[in-house]
Amino acid sequence: MRHRLLAGLPSPHPIGLATHLELHGPSPLLGRGGGDALIAELEAAGLRGCGGAGFPAAAKWRAVAGRRRPVIVVNAAEGEPMSAKDRVLMTQVPHLVLDGALLAAQALGARDCVIAAPAGVHAPIRSALRERRAAARPAVRIKVEASPHGYVGGEESALLSHLEGRAPLPRLKPPFPAERGLNGRPTLVQNAETLAHVALIARHGAAWFRDGGSGGIPGTALVSISGAVRAPGVYEIPAGTPLPDVLDIAGGRLQQVRALLVGGYFGGWVGGAGEGLSFDDASLQSAGVSAGAGVLVALGAADCPVAETAALTAWLADESAGQCGPCVYGLGALADLLGRIAGGRTERGDGARLTRWTEMVRGRGACRHPDGVARMISTAGRVFATELSEHARRGPCAACGRARLLLTPRAREAATA
Amino acid sequence: MRPERLVVDPTACTAHGMCAELFPEWIQLDDWGYPMIDSGDVPPDLRDHAERAVKMCPALALKLRRGS
Repeated sequence: MRHRLLAGLPSPHPIGLATHLELHGPSPLLGRGGGDALIAELEAAGLRGCGGAGFPAAAKWRAVAGRRRPVIVVNAAEGEPMSAKDRVLMTQVPHLVLDGALLAAQALGARDCVIAAPAGVHAPIRSALRERRAAARPAVRIKVEASPHGYVGGEESALLSHLEGRAPLPRLKPPFPAERGLNGRPTLVQNAETLAHVALIARHGAAWFRDGGSGGIPGTALVSISGAVRAPGVYEIPAGTPLPDVLDIAGGRLQQVRALLVGGYFGGWVGGAGEGLSFDDASLQSAGVSAGAGVLVALGAADCPVAETAALTAWLADESAGQCGPCVYGLGALADLLGRIAGGRTERGDGARLTRWTEMVRGRGACRHPDGVARMISTAGRVFATELSEHARRGPCAACGRARLLLTPRAREAATA
Repeated sequence: MRPERLVVDPTACTAHGMCAELFPEWIQLDDWGYPMIDSGDVPPDLRDHAERAVKMCPALALKLRRGS
């Protein structure tokens, strides 16, 4: 398949404005009624948010349309430790994301745009903005701001709190950012990849976008593939690609694959290399997972799924923003419990407790953090039932002592240092 | 009267547990003392209980919101 978002890559430099225009042609100017037409096109394209939640883009835009003094926020925070797609977009093809942001500004009548991204990727964004300012007088004020650290910092209301100069804590919704967002103004918060897709849909239309994808997730998607594959990295794949084939795109398996973590750390486990499943909504939903932020981690047969799940739960519990009791105490209790199971130190009733608490934390926070952790744990319970009961009975296995596959940001820094 | 449902702001709730005591038909406490609330519209005959629970919440975390 030809690359769409990643056209022109690999390249030794970020794709500059001239090359960007050669590759994609000029971004259309939206005339009168053009905003509504673009939103209709996004709807026909079936574009969903690529940051994790998968909310339909058209619905998000419509919620802001017609409101006074709206703001566009480009969300490139990418707090998901195994995801690198937004970083690739911002550092390699920043003009594509900028096109999408400016189209959103035109469509919704916004004069202000904030790009929230890790400080490490600001240089290529600023250089792309300079190129644009040299080419034409900008109609939109664009600010580049550092995104917050931490797993829930990329959640849209937490991101907005951070941009307002406060702690990056999720807020209870409603009100939604579309009603009351950045500094009280109606705000469209959209993931960087979603906006890059917008740039191409505005040029080529919904039919072109859908061509090459499956019904559920149309078009192409960026996936960050890691774990037991030869060539971990960010790849653009046609939506609907069978999951085992996705691993082949990343150079193939290094060893037998025991399970895949799909979506992100808030996502879920599927058994084996995802045989019988493909990268589209309906297929992933049938296995209780979703495309999420496009993360795929291959857990090799030599890794211990119980130790991984326990360590991941402990990290996620620690990443709670600390605002909501059920998240703080519930995830903490689940982390302790999984630690006991992994260590073979279970108490009577722990099996029932695992199910009870996993259900108990769902829907109990201001954001969906507890729901994501609950989903990850419940899919682990299904996929790793044998290993979980073996650990509960016999304690740690031979693979438990191996280095953890699922890296937390600190572990990854240490590994690459 | 408009249908309304009870919601808790989990960022404000500090697990006093008053609401579950005042309105056990609708609110139960989880294993850590935080309220789990029936998400349906509060029926008219239980409306008084709901209002009392809202008024008595020491953290002002419980609210009646327009329902379905």
